[in-house]
Amino acid sequence: MGENLLRNYLEAGAVVIFSVGFSTLLLQSNLIKKIIGFNIMDTAVFLFLAAKGYIAGRRAPILTGPGGDPAQYINPIPSALVLTGIVISVSVTAFALALALRLYERYGSLDLNEILLSREGEKT
Amino acid sequence: MIWLHSIPLICILLTLLTAAVSLPGRGRWGEGLCLLTAGAVTVLSAALLVDLWRTGESFTFAMGHFPAPWGNELRAGVFEALMAAAFSAVALCSLLAGRERIRQDIAPARLGVYYAQCSLLLCSLLALIYTNDMFTAYVFIEINTLTACAIVVAKDTPETVLATIRYLFMSLLGSGLFLIGVILLYAITGHLLMPNILAAMSQLAASGEYALPTGMIILLLSLGLAVKSALFPFHTWLPSAHGSATTASSAILSGIVLKGYVVLLLKIFYRVFGLEFVHRLRTPDLLFVLGLAGMLMGSVLAIRERDIKRMLAYSSVAQIGYIFMGIGLSTLTGTVAACFHILTHAVTKPLLFCAADGLMEASGRQRDIFAMKGAGRRNLLAGVAFAVGALSMVGIPLFSGFVSKLYFALGSLGDPDKMLPALLMLVLSAVLNAMYYLPVLVTIYMGDPVDGALRLERAKNKGGYILAVGALIGLNFVLGIRYPAVIAAIERGLATL
Repeated sequence: MGENLLRNYLEAGAVVIFSVGFSTLLLQSNLIKKIIGFNIMDTAVFLFLAAKGYIAGRRAPILTGPGGDPAQYINPIPSALVLTGIVISVSVTAFALALALRLYERYGSLDLNEILLSREGEKT
Repeated sequence: MIWLHSIPLICILLTLLTAAVSLPGRGRWGEGLCLLTAGAVTVLSAALLVDLWRTGESFTFAMGHFPAPWGNELRAGVFEALMAAAFSAVALCSLLAGRERIRQDIAPARLGVYYAQCSLLLCSLLALIYTNDMFTAYVFIEINTLTACAIVVAKDTPETVLATIRYLFMSLLGSGLFLIGVILLYAITGHLLMPNILAAMSQLAASGEYALPTGMIILLLSLGLAVKSALFPFHTWLPSAHGSATTASSAILSGIVLKGYVVLLLKIFYRVFGLEFVHRLRTPDLLFVLGLAGMLMGSVLAIRERDIKRMLAYSSVAQIGYIFMGIGLSTLTGTVAACFHILTHAVTKPLLFCAADGLMEASGRQRDIFAMKGAGRRNLLAGVAFAVGALSMVGIPLFSGFVSKLYFALGSLGDPDKMLPALLMLVLSAVLNAMYYLPVLVTIYMGDPVDGALRLERAKNKGGYILAVGALIGLNFVLGIRYPAVIAAIERGLATL
C-alpha cells in the first residue's frame, strides 16, 4: 500500500490537493475563497490527468521535423485534454468573478452567510 | 438519404453560428434569429426522426472523416432524434411565449447577449444528445452550465444573482465529479469514444478485473449528472434558480436542461458500460432510492410553498425523482416510462411556467398564489393552460402525465423487490401532486380578487404567447392520446441505442 502510494506520488499528491480545494469550496463562506478553492480543485484534476499521460524518460510530443519514433514521446492525448480543461476552468473562473462583482454591488458583501442572514432578517 | 446524416452536425453548427451572430446585435435582431434557428432545428430534427424511424437504422458520423479510435464522432438513432426534436420544439415554444416578458425583464442592451446564450444552450443540449465521445460530453456539460447560469442572471435582480451563484457552484461540483469519472475511465480503458470503451468494458466485465474502480467510475458519473439534474438531495439550488429567472428561462431550465443530463446518463448506461454490467454494479438501486425520496420530498416542499414559480420549481424536483425512479427500476418498461416522462415533463412544465406568467400578469405581477384569486377568469388562455398542465401532472387520463404513470406502474411489475415501494410511492405522490395543484386551480377560478380594480380587467394575450401556449397544450394531448406511437419510437430507440 505505502509502496504504491510512493510510486504513484503524482496521483497521490493530486488527491491531497483535490481535497484541499474541495473543502475550501464547500466550507468557506467568502465567495472569492470559494472561487480559489474551485481553482485548486481543478488544478489537482489536471495534475492527475497529466500524470496519467506521462511516461518516465520520454519527451514532450512536439514534432520538429518529419517522421520520428512514437516510442520517444509521452502520450499526447491527456495533455490535449488538460489544455481543454484549462480553457474551461479559465472561462468558469471569469464568469464566477463577474458574478462576485455583481453580488458585491448588490449586497455590499462577499460573505454568503452574511448575505443570507441579512435576507432572512428582511423577511421577518 | 445520406445528406440526412449530416443533420446532427448541421443543427449544432447552426445554433453555434446563431449565437455568434446575435451576440453583437441589439434586441430584435437576436430575438428573431434565435427563434428562427430553434424552428429550423426542430424541423430538421423531425425530418431526421421520420427518416430513421422509417429505415430503423442508426449511424455514426465521423467528424472530419478521421477513423474511429482517433477522430471525434456524433451518433444518432431514433432515440437521439426524438429527444433533439422534442427539446428544440420546447425551446422554441418557451422563447416565443416568454418573449414579451424577456423584453421587460432584461435590459435592451443585453437582449442580444441573452438570445446568444439561449442559442448556445440549445447547441450544448444537442451536442450532449448526439455526442459519441465522453470528453466532448464533458466540454458541452460545462458550456451548458455556464449558459444556464447566464440566462438565470440575465434578469438582473439581487435575488437572481444569489440564486445563480448557488446554481453555479453546485453545477461545478457536479461537472467536477463527471470529469474525474471520465479521466479514470480513460486511465483504465485508454479510450474516450463510447463504442471503444464499451468493448474494453465487456472484457473487464468478463475477467472481473478493476471491479472496484469501475464501480467508483459509474458512481462518479451518475452522481455528477444527478447533481446537475437536481435529483434529491442535490436539489437545493433548483427552487431559487428556476423560481427567480425570467419566464422563458425558467421554462427552458425546468423543461429541457435538467433532462439533457438524464439523456446523457442513459446513453452512458447503454453505450459505455452496457446495461447488464450497470445492473450488476447496483448503481440503479441507488438512483431508485434517491428517485423515490425525490418524488416524496419535492411534493412535500411544493405544498408548503406560496410563491407559484417556486412551487412549480419544487414540482420539477418531484418529476426528476419519477424519471430517476424509472431508470432505477432496471426493467425495459421502467426505462421507457422514464423516457416518456422526460417528454411529458418537457411539454408540461414550460406550459405551467408560461401559464403562471399570464396569471401573475393578470394579478398585478404578484407571485403569491393567494393574490391570484379569479386570475383564470381574467386571462382565459392562461387559466386553461394552467388547468391542462396541472391535470397532466396529477395524472388524469387523456393527459400525458397519466400515460407516464401507467408505464411507471407497469415497469415496476418486472422487479418483485422494487414493485411495492414503487407502486406505493406512485399513489402517494399522485395524492400529494393533487394536494398542491388542485387548490391553485380552485383559487384561480373560484376566488374573487382582493383588489377590486382587478375584477373588471380582461387580459389581452400577444399572438406569440397564444401560438406557443396553444402548441404546448396540443403537444400535451398528442402525448396523452397518441401515446402508442411515441412509446413504440422510444422502444425502438432504446433497442438500437
